[in-house]
Amino acid sequence: MPNPIATPPTTLENGARPLLELLDLKTWFPVRRGVFAKTIGHVRAVDGVTLAIARAETLGLVGESGCGKTTLGRTILGLDPPHSGRLRFDGRDIGRLSRAAKRQLRQRMQIIFQDPLSSLNPRMNILDIVTEGLREFGLISDTREAHAVRLLREVGLDADALYRYPHEFSGGQRQRINVARAISLRPDFIVCDEAVSALDVSVQAQVINLMIDLREKYGLAYLFISHDLSVVSNIAGRVAVMYLGRVVEEGPTDSIIRDPLHPYTRALIGAVPVPGVQRAKAPPLTGETPSPLAPPPGCRFHPRCQEAMDVCRRVDPGRTRWAGRRVWCHLYGEGETLSA
Amino acid sequence: MSAAILEVDNLTVTFDTDEGVFNAVEGVSFAVGAGEVVGLVGESGCGKSVTALSILRLIPSPPGRITQGSVRFKGVDLARLSAAELRRMRGASIGMIFQEPSAALSPLHRVGRQLVEALRLHRDIPRQAAWETAGQWLEKVRIPDAAERLHAYPFQLSGGMQQRVMIAMALMLEPELIIADEPTTALDVTIQAQVFALIREMRRASTAILLITHDMGVVWEMCDRVLVMYAARIVEAGSREEIFGKPAHPYSRGLLRSIPRLTDKPDRLAAIGGMVPSPLRYPPGCRFNDRCPYVFDRCRREAPGLLEVAGGHQAACFLARKLVRTPL
Repeated sequence: MPNPIATPPTTLENGARPLLELLDLKTWFPVRRGVFAKTIGHVRAVDGVTLAIARAETLGLVGESGCGKTTLGRTILGLDPPHSGRLRFDGRDIGRLSRAAKRQLRQRMQIIFQDPLSSLNPRMNILDIVTEGLREFGLISDTREAHAVRLLREVGLDADALYRYPHEFSGGQRQRINVARAISLRPDFIVCDEAVSALDVSVQAQVINLMIDLREKYGLAYLFISHDLSVVSNIAGRVAVMYLGRVVEEGPTDSIIRDPLHPYTRALIGAVPVPGVQRAKAPPLTGETPSPLAPPPGCRFHPRCQEAMDVCRRVDPGRTRWAGRRVWCHLYGEGETLSA
Repeated sequence: MSAAILEVDNLTVTFDTDEGVFNAVEGVSFAVGAGEVVGLVGESGCGKSVTALSILRLIPSPPGRITQGSVRFKGVDLARLSAAELRRMRGASIGMIFQEPSAALSPLHRVGRQLVEALRLHRDIPRQAAWETAGQWLEKVRIPDAAERLHAYPFQLSGGMQQRVMIAMALMLEPELIIADEPTTALDVTIQAQVFALIREMRRASTAILLITHDMGVVWEMCDRVLVMYAARIVEAGSREEIFGKPAHPYSRGLLRSIPRLTDKPDRLAAIGGMVPSPLRYPPGCRFNDRCPYVFDRCRREAPGLLEVAGGHQAACFLARKLVRTPL
């Protein structure tokens, strides 16, 4: 049967073949109740996301708590199972791969989490932590120490860290250890989930710079998930804004920050305090994000949108290309169908 | 600045831990005028929260203890008050907003009951009237269905709503000073913007705020005056415009340059090298000397005191007068 979304709809602007493609990806979590754990509904954490990331590119993913950005990152890595949709890595459909092939693919995709301490096993020393993946995939045997020292140097740590334990390091150093572990298998792609959010700003800048250096050196692609737009704008060339399980706007970071199109993007950017800049105050967004268990009909942002029209309450907006970007909003036209 | 309502003078707070004895706050002095919003900024472990808690004598003791200095509220030395007098002052004269609403709201009692209790503790009003006042305040902080929400337990409210309940609780007694410790750190930016708009709108013109935060953006949005702390000491104090426009301490300068900005993005962020020293191993002399790009011999021997660089603008650096004239 011909699949209407078989063709990748998100060809990159420069025509490059994407490293990672998400096609109408959905991740739903069942809500169960009662003795027989009957499914009474679904939390639609990710509800139809289509995106692409090129090699050596950084895509920022921003949005507020509960918008589904973390679930999206976890789904890409197979940590949460998708409900439907498609996930392609380097041209291969991950859903159709054998177990062994998926495992091999894991080498090429890594993740760095927010909390640098809880993501490190407190009982393992740094040598074991940074070479665990290498051992797991049988890539080294007797040169483990030399490997580990090289990895630590890459992230700006000394060899004397080898036989120490995570608790002996500061937050910034721990995140460097996480970075060392993530790059140990020479991946093509790393999901950074709020990777610098727990760090103090002077240290945060060090870790961001490290990640930029590594990206340039190894041609890494990042999905950089963060609630902090200022951080994202300093590392990602392109950004996608999520609201309630959906991407509402996506395009070059500079143009989105300079001239946000979607009313939600506008509110989000307007709410970021910018030190040293006196700005005309936009009225803050009222209300809170509705429950992903029962998203509003039509456009999901309409109950909080200042510019909501009649159509917004009824019709889910499709994707529109506008000024070099993609935006899902009725203010910018009818939208297009997903099949290219 | 109008007459100071809060005066902190040479405050030192010592912690006695298993790993050793150290000063979490050392020789800190500042004043907050009526109606003034003062920001106390710094990175984790610099002593800003301990300073805030010490004002109300809320530091856990042991391990912490105020070993030096005084805190005066409207001229009254808080150290001389009895526990009961201090309790009366907290809430009624000095309100508090913390980062974690869960730390301030009881999980076992309905929101309405907690608000009513706070009101009746400080004011002689009948229960029914207090209930109505509580409802009005929830409306003022824009909690939808306020009358209904009075019956809710804190866990039934979102983080943003819990924070608004706490703000209502702090504001409804119309205190002269509010101490807010990272009041919006756990919140999303759009909710943060709502909360700040509320605090601006709700506080009486004469209510002063001491805002503790690590976020320079928040300081810029909210504060008239700024105190920068590093390794237990205040290293720079000045007006918002002075600190952001003409910072005179190398640490403040580094901090401002390392903030990721929405626009004007450099190729690489200007990070401060090294890391905050452990309070058990502060370097001798200036505590920033091992990370400072301007360090010279004297900095390693002698700790610089706060040097006046302009009226009201002070920085604890031997080079402050030169740096204040150097563009960032």
